[in-house]
This record gives sequence, structure tokens and C-alpha cells, in this order.
Amino acid sequence: MINFSYSIWLLLIPLMMFFILGLAGHKLGPRLSGLLGTSGLAIITMLSFIIAYSYFFGTPKNGEGFKAIIAYNITWLQLIDNLHIDIGVLLDPISVMMLIVVSTVSFMVHIYSLGYMKGERGYERFFAFLSLFTFSMLGLVVAPNIFQMYIFWELVGISSYLLIGFYYQKPSAVAASKKAFIVTRFADLGFLIGILILSFYTKTFDFITLTDPSGPAIAKTGGATFMGLSVITWSMIFVYMGGVGKSAMFPFHIWLPDAMEGPTPVSALIHAATMVVAGVYLVARLFPVYVMASPQALHIIAYVGAFSSLFAAVIACTQTDIKRVLAYSTMSQIGYMMLALGVSGYGGHNGLGFMASMFHLFTHAMFKALLFLGAGAIIHAVHSNFMTDMGGLRKYLPITHITFLIACLSIAGVPLFAGFFSKDEILAAAFEHNKFLFAVEYAVAGLTAFYMFRLYFSIFWGKETQYHHTPHEAPLTMTIPLIILALGAALTGFIPFNKLVTSDGLPFESHLDWGVAVPSVIIGLLGITVAWAMYSKSSNLPDRVASAFRLGYKWAYNKFYMDELYLFITKKIIFRYISEPVAWFDRHIVDGTMNAIATVTQVTSFRIRKFQSGQIQQYAFVYISGVIFLVILLVYIWR
Amino acid sequence: MNTGIPIQYFLILATIMFFTGIYGFLTRRNLITILMSTELILNSVNINFMAFNRYLFPHKLDGMFFSLFIIAVAAAEAAVAISIIINIYRRFTTINVEDVDEMKY
Amino acid sequence: MDILSLFIIIPLLTITGIILVKDIRNVKKVAAIGMGIQLILAAVLIFLYVAERKGGNISEMLFIKDIVWFKSLNIHYAVGVDGISVAMIALTSIVVFAGIFASWEVELLTKEFFISLILLATGVFGFFISIDLFTLFLFYELAVIPMYLLIGIWGSGPKEYSAMKLTLMLMGASALLLVGILGIYMHSAPSGNQLTFNILEIKQYVIPITAQRTFFPFTFVGFGVLGALFPFHTWSPDGHSSAPTAVSMLHAGVLMKLGGYGAFRVAIYLMPEAAKELSWIFLILTSISVVYGAFGAIAQKDLKYINAYSSVSHCGLVLFAILMMNKTAMNGAVIQMISHGLMTALFFALIGMIYGRTHTRLINEMGGLMKVIPFLSVCYVIAGLASLGLPGLSGFVAEMTIFVGAFQHPDLFHRVVTIVAITSIVITAVYILRVIAILLLGPVTNPKYENFRDARWYEKTSVIALILPVAAIGMAPFWLSSTISSSMQPIIDKIMAINLF
Repeated sequence: MINFSYSIWLLLIPLMMFFILGLAGHKLGPRLSGLLGTSGLAIITMLSFIIAYSYFFGTPKNGEGFKAIIAYNITWLQLIDNLHIDIGVLLDPISVMMLIVVSTVSFMVHIYSLGYMKGERGYERFFAFLSLFTFSMLGLVVAPNIFQMYIFWELVGISSYLLIGFYYQKPSAVAASKKAFIVTRFADLGFLIGILILSFYTKTFDFITLTDPSGPAIAKTGGATFMGLSVITWSMIFVYMGGVGKSAMFPFHIWLPDAMEGPTPVSALIHAATMVVAGVYLVARLFPVYVMASPQALHIIAYVGAFSSLFAAVIACTQTDIKRVLAYSTMSQIGYMMLALGVSGYGGHNGLGFMASMFHLFTHAMFKALLFLGAGAIIHAVHSNFMTDMGGLRKYLPITHITFLIACLSIAGVPLFAGFFSKDEILAAAFEHNKFLFAVEYAVAGLTAFYMFRLYFSIFWGKETQYHHTPHEAPLTMTIPLIILALGAALTGFIPFNKLVTSDGLPFESHLDWGVAVPSVIIGLLGITVAWAMYSKSSNLPDRVASAFRLGYKWAYNKFYMDELYLFITKKIIFRYISEPVAWFDRHIVDGTMNAIATVTQVTSFRIRKFQSGQIQQYAFVYISGVIFLVILLVYIWR
Repeated sequence: MNTGIPIQYFLILATIMFFTGIYGFLTRRNLITILMSTELILNSVNINFMAFNRYLFPHKLDGMFFSLFIIAVAAAEAAVAISIIINIYRRFTTINVEDVDEMKY
Repeated sequence: MDILSLFIIIPLLTITGIILVKDIRNVKKVAAIGMGIQLILAAVLIFLYVAERKGGNISEMLFIKDIVWFKSLNIHYAVGVDGISVAMIALTSIVVFAGIFASWEVELLTKEFFISLILLATGVFGFFISIDLFTLFLFYELAVIPMYLLIGIWGSGPKEYSAMKLTLMLMGASALLLVGILGIYMHSAPSGNQLTFNILEIKQYVIPITAQRTFFPFTFVGFGVLGALFPFHTWSPDGHSSAPTAVSMLHAGVLMKLGGYGAFRVAIYLMPEAAKELSWIFLILTSISVVYGAFGAIAQKDLKYINAYSSVSHCGLVLFAILMMNKTAMNGAVIQMISHGLMTALFFALIGMIYGRTHTRLINEMGGLMKVIPFLSVCYVIAGLASLGLPGLSGFVAEMTIFVGAFQHPDLFHRVVTIVAITSIVITAVYILRVIAILLLGPVTNPKYENFRDARWYEKTSVIALILPVAAIGMAPFWLSSTISSSMQPIIDKIMAINLF
């Protein structure tokens, strides 16, 4: 057994960086702060790879597959005798895989930001927040218990809030950050309730105990039920609600497109590669509980995932802000991962969906981070987010162009690129379990290829726009991460995930299912061709198509009016019909009652004070009447 | 000695004086008249003291002395009262008791 | 001289010092030194307390001192502390210390201001160390009275109205409380024995259930008014918004905690049977407080009103947790008291400092402060994050302890109201972020703001003195939690003795 306790440094280093950069950043100056933050990440990335290597290849397996290892654990807060919040490090295949994803992408983004954020006000602050985010995300990934996960879940939420609102003087960024935090916070409410219900019935927060097939969560499902579903199922649905919020699934997806107001490296790191897949990770983490104790919840996950992927893909086809297209694409791809988990079984080949989901998570992180960073380079060159302002850029940005193309090919599922392998596994898993969802995903695959290449062609081909000044290729700090990630997007498909990351830790055999793969490739190529026909040269074809489907286009362009619906609910219902009435009620009814008591007292006293008239004879009259009354009382009645 | 005027006569007289005083005290508006009414009340009490002293304890003089005290106190009181009335007159240019009602609320 | 009495003597000495000082400008220095000593003393007390516990002293209260001062009614000056009171004393000394620095710029009647402020603090310290009900009540009154003067003289806005309202409502509460305390006294011993006000002696004896039923509501509501129990919370928004900065800090930070502290030290501890029977009424009221206060805060426009409603919500959670009557939830209640005390004091201090610059408290009239006064703005964000329960800051620890504890209650009703209370975390996020967005972020709305000065040294002292413990509790809650938890044991034993569950 290898001692992994050094892995706690994964959390300590970025936390230290956060404090150093946050408290002393303005003294260190931008250059030093940036380098310090990046070198911290370099160490973390190195550590992650060492951990991954020694976990996957350094430990003897003895045919038992990969075991979960608690590398570090301290009690952070004792709640009840058997219920305590621990902070620790859990290493198992999925957490180790996530470590690689998070640290690699974060490292790339750090390097990229050195160039991208150059000269920005608050450069040190940016790196401090990035460190905070890395700390939170790593803490979430290695969490050995659900409460630590919740803690870091909240922390990634706040880092996301801070980074989206990085340009805090821009009202749209402020609004977006607020929206992101509140929507996810609402979802986290469900997560917390889920945790509480789960802990009430199982008396544990510990993942290993929870996912143990003979443990309290799974073996004890015969307990209380509510509306036909067992309490464990309910709790898992609530927990999933947190995942829906964080992973921007329908109907809590509305924050993700707006979150693109943040700096582009942030979008790449948080809103594409790492934080938004936390929901998928959460479900994967609790996967045995879902699959064995609450299959109904798993169905919900599958359908929510499938719907979100279709929904987002349709919207993505109509958007013109390149970052928003990518945001909807992210939502769509996460829908894929959710679907894969939803149709998966447990153990061996049944767990194909689980493996596929993790596989896709990994490859998606590579190519989506690449897409965002590429988009950042383009925005950096053109100073606009809108593809209508772009065109013919392939001449000016050769490196960006090639890397972007690789990412597009990968996401479209063109054979031999990473996305092809992982997407194929997902489709195969869907095909084995649910034909309907499988059909939906085929459609989404076509749409994905279409909108990605729509983006690609309108940016790099199409008619050449007149630019104010000639766009030029990004500096080296920005292109190196692009190249590294492009290698990842091209090659990671060859990693044998079925040997490493599986639902039960045991390797299983899986082959490329050509019966599924060939049609999906054809559909993808079809999408690319359509995009090529419509966007590679400037023509009025796109407008004609749009007007042919006018109503549908309008709805999709306006994101099916989800934002308006939310605005209606929050502004109209919550603000106008709850908060303001509550405030009014408080001022006028509750406080009014208190004031009324005071008023009644005062009025009474004003009445009573009239008795003291200052007329001495009145007093005398009352006095004498009193005496006479008492005399009569004493003499005749009381006697 | 005890065969003279029955005590009831004195008492009736005192009662009439007393209530006349009370009535005057309550109804008169002039402060001087009110003071006079007060004197009537005090004197009615004096009559009672002396009558009871004479009829009930003929060999003691406590009641008589008490009356003397009351007369002395009443004189002092009248002096004080009149000086108050004069001051009131200076302040309000009236000695109508109804107009002197500052001491309220 | 025992250490606990020093907590009363030092403020009184400080007051004497202030009276004797000739130069008005030195008044605040004397006050700061006095309260600085008090802060050090609190640290010493914590140290001594921990040392004593380490030494194996397991008696419920430590450093007990008992002097009879009114023999015929058996009233004592009896003091003693357990972990909970020690924590509350530490909280009070931090808040008072920060409060002195936050009122560095008081110009009007400086001497009288600091005298009243420290007199108020004396009352609070006395309250937390007393274990004799009558003395406790006496100190409680001592804390309430200077409040009237402080708001009425140094306040702003409709200050006389607010001062009157606050004082009258609290006086009404103390009338109820007095009835409750006398009721406890009358039933404090088996008939024929000497009646007593001493908490430690009363708890040996079980007060007859009929008496408990009568006097529990009096006591609980009496303390509950101070803890902003719905519907008796309306003094809070008006009082806080009119009060000067330091008074708001002290009031929301510490004085409202007297309610929570008293509610469990007196009402629940001495009358657990009635508490169990009647808890459902108060649970409904407190969970209304929690949610309703939060909703109320969303619609407010004045910074202090927002914070006052937020206090209603958070203090409601304290009472809510106390009524759950299990160790974890009550533990959480104490942490919440401390956490809320610190962060609400921080809020009010910052609001005062912002008001001192912009001369308005209406959020719609301000904007973009982050750019012009970054230090204060960042601190405001930290306070906000603590308030909405961000992990790593004290609010999270408190809320989670309460929620987990409350949710472990075997009764379904209790779990349902817990879920109702939990929803407040979302609403809290809404109003906190709304304020941050409008007030601090966005473009600078008023060109005059550009030449604002960021925090002065005394403002920094005040703010940092409050932020440090907030962060410390948030990151390493274990020490505080275990200290409180072990002191909670006798109270839990008393509750369990009646076989509640």
C-alpha cells in the first residue's frame, strides 16, 4: 500500500496561494503574483500526475480492481456522536481522473491568463480567485464524505460568483454573477435537504459507507416511503437537484450562458471543464446508491440529461455570441454525460454508461477548454464576442485556427479524435438501455456537428470583415496552452477508460460498436456539410433558412423565453407578491398592532388626564363625595 | 349644669355651619369667600369640640385647648392663605378660583 | 478578587476614568484602553477556563463566587461561568472593543456617550456571568436602560420614536420576564424549604408541571422579545436604524443574544417539561421569524433595515435551534449567537462607516463603492458571505450544526419546520447579493465618491477585530464547538432526565 497522505498538499497549496495573493497581492505586484499562482498550479499538476500514476499503476491490483483509499482524514466539526464533518482526501478512479482534469485545465488556464489578463486592473485579484477556485474544486473532487463535498460545492459556487463578476464595474457582469450564485444556491438547497434526509436515515456522511452495497443506504431501502418512492430515492432526487443546478441542466441552466460575462479563461476553467461537471461527478460519486437503491431517480437523471442536451443544442444553433454558443454546447454535452449515467447499470459491461460518462467528461474537459481558450484568443484579437463581426480569420490566427478546428472535429465526433470515442461509448450505452433516448442523442450529435462548424466557418471562413486594426496571433503564453490542449483533444480518446475508470473498479472489455458509430459519424459529417454549405461563404442562405422556420427560430434565438420566465418568477412573484407584501405586512400589520397598542394607551391617558382639571373645587368635591361615600359605607353597610 | 341646652342643639348648629362651609367652599368662585367658608368649617369643628368637652368630660379641658389651638392655627392659616391670594391676584389679576387652573396635566 | 467580578469592575473603573478625564479628546482613549483590558481579560478567562477543564474540573460552573446581598428574599450576587458563558463573554468583549473604535468620531457629548455605552456593556457582562436569577434580571435591566439614552440622544432619523418604541417593548418584555422569574422563585424548592434564585440550586429540583406551564411562556416570550421573536420583533428595524453605529453593533451583536442565552439558560433549562409541551407553538413562530425576516429584508431600501430584518431571521434561527432541545441543535444555537453577533456587528460597523462618507443609507442612492473604498467594500462582502453561510466563515458552521441537529429530531413535525427554516439560506443569498450588487459593484454613480478616503486606522482596527474571529470560527470550528458541547451536557442531561423522546 502506497502512502498517499501527501495528497493533502493538493488542498493546502492553492489555499495558501489564495491567502498570499489575496492579502499581499497588491504588494507583490501583478507579475510576481501571476508567476506565483502559476507555479503553485504547476506543483499541483505535478502532484496530481504522480498520484494518478501511482494509483493506477503503482498499486498491486490482485484482481480486485481499484479500491477507494482514504489518504487523509481529520474531523473538522463534530455534530452528533456518529455524525461529523470530516475534511480529507479520498482517492478512487473517478477522483484521481478528476484530479488530472482539474489540475491540467487549471494549469493551462493559469498560463493562458498570464497573457490574456495582461494589463487588466485587478490582475492579482484574478489569480487569487483562480487559486481559491482551484482549492475548492480539488476539495470537491477528493471529498471523502458528502458534507465535505457540500462545503466545497458552496466554495466553488462563490469562486464562480467572484470570477464571473470579475469586471465588477460592468452591470451585466454583476447581474450575471448574482444570477449564477442564486440559481445554484437554490439548487443547493435541494442538495442540502437531500444530505439531511440521507444522513437522517443512514447516520453517515461517508461516501464509502454510503456506496457500500451492504451499507445503510442501499441495504436499508425497505424503510419509510413517501408518495410511492422510498426516502432514499427522495433524498437522491434532492441531491441530484444540486447537481442539476451546478451542471446547468434544464431547468436550472439559465445562469450558464450569462456566466460568459466573466473573463474567458474563467469560462474555460469553471464553466466548461471543471465546475459545471461537478453535478455529473456527484452522481458518479453516489452512483451505487442511485443504481441500487433509487432507480427512479436514475431515470429522472437520464431524461433530464437527454432533454437538456437536445434543448441546448437547438438553442446553440441560433446564437451569435460565440461564448454563448459554447456555453449551450457545454450544457448539451453535460446532458450527454448525465444521460450516460442515467442509462447505466452497475458492474462489468452493465456499467458501460458510467464509464462512458466519465470518459466523455475527461475528453470534453480537454476540447471544451480548448474551444473556450481559442475563443478567448479570437476575442482578444477582434475585440468582439459576436460572430457577425468575424470572418476570414484563418489567415491572421493560424495556431488558433488549427487548434480550434481540432476541438471542433473532436466535439463533432469525427473518428480518431477524442470526442469520437467517448461519444460512441455513450451512444452504445444508450442503445443498449433505451432506444428512445438513443434516437434523441443521434439528433443531438447531428446538431452538435452543425452548430460547432457553423461557429468555425463563420469565424475562420466566410466573408472577410473589415477590422479596425489587423488581428494578430496571441502571445506565446496563450498559444502554448492551446497547443497542449489540442494534443489532449486529439489523443485522449486512446486512453483505455474501460480498464481504469469503471463503476465497480474492475476492468471490463468494451469494443467500438461500429453499428452505432458509423451512423453517428455519418450524421456528424452531415451536420458539418450543412454548416459548410451555409456558412463557409457569405451568402443569404442562413437568413433564408431562419425565415423558413421563423417561429421556431425566434423561440430558439430567445432561448425559449426561459430567462423571461425566471425573471417573471423572481421579479414579479417573489419580489412583488411575496417580499413587498411581507414588508408591508410587517410595517402595517405587525408593527401597526404594536403602534396601535401604544396609541390606545396614549388616547386613554389623554382621556384620563382630563380629571386633573386644575379646578380646586372639583378636587374638593370629589374628595368630599368620597368621604361621604366612605362614611355611608362604613356606617351603614360595613358596620 | 347639664340641664341647660341639650347637646343636640350645638351639634345641629355645628352641622349646619359645617355644611354651609362645605357648600360655600364648593360653589363660591371668589377665593376670599372660599377662605371664609374654610373658617366656617373650622369653627363648626370648634363648636363640636367644646360641646363634647362640656357634655362628655366636664372635668377636663382638652377640648377647650384644642379649640384654642385650632383658632391659633386658623389665624396663621388665614394669613398664609391671604398672602397666597394676594400673590395669585398679582399673577392673574383675578381671584376667581376657576381662572386659576394652571396646575393641571 | 475573583476574575468574574473583574468583568464588572473594569467597566465601572473605566467609567470613573472617563468622568475624571479633563480633556474631552482623551475620553475615547480611556474607553479604548478600558475595553482593551477587558478584551485581554476575556482571553485570560478563556485560558483559565480551558486550563481548569484540562485539569479535570467537571463541575458545571467554574469560578463561582456567592455573596448574599438581600437576605430576606435570599438574593445573592452569584457568579459562575461555563463554556457557553465564556464564549458569550468573549463575543461581548470583542464587539464592545470594536464598537469603541467604530464610534471614534462621535462629537456630541462624547463623555456621556462613552459612559452610557460602557454602562450598557457592564450590564451585558453582568448578565452573562450571573447565575442568580434576580441579579441576572438586574443586569438585564441595566443593559436596557442606557439604550434609551443612546438612541434618543445620539441617534438619527426618528430617534425619539424609535428609542421609545424599543425601550417600551423591551420593558414590556422584562415585565413578562419578571413574572416568569418570580414564578420560578416561588416554586424553586419543595414547600417549607428556603426559596432560591440560584440557577444551580433550582435545577436540582423539578418545578411542578402546572407551574411550569404557567411560567414557561412568560419567561420564554420575555426573553424572546429581546431575541426578536415574531411578532414581537418590530422594535428591531426601527431601533437599529435610528441607533448610532456602536449601539447598533452592541445591540444586534450582543444584546439580542441575551434573549437567546436567557431563553435556554432560564426557560428551557429550568422548565424543560413545559418547554417540550409548548415548543410546537414557538417553533412555528420562530420558523416564521426565520423565513419572514429574510423575505422582509429583500424588499428594504435602507441598509440598516436590511440588516435589522436579517437579524430577525438569524436570531429566529437561534431560538428555533434552542427549541429543538437536542445537543447538536443547541450547540449550533450558541455558535449561531456568536457568529451572528460578530458578523452583524461587522455589518453595522461598516454601514456606519459607509454612512459617514455618503451621508445616506438608501442603497438606491449609492453605487460602485468597491472602486472608491475597496477595503470597506471587501469587508462588507466578507460580512455578507458570512451571513449567507459560506463555508470557511462562521455562519456556515452555525447553520449547518443547527440544521443537522434539528433534522435528527425523531419527530416529523420538527423535521418539516427544519426544512422550512432551511429555505432561508436561499432567501438570505438573494438579499445579501442584491445589496452587494447595488451598493458596491457596478459603475460609480456619484462623481463626489471619487475622493472618498478608504478606512482610517481606527476603522480598520474595529473591522479587523471582528473579521478575524469570524474567519477563525469558520475555518477551525472544532475548538469552539467542543467547548460549548461539553458545557451543554448538564443541560442536555436535565432535559433527557424527563425522558422526552
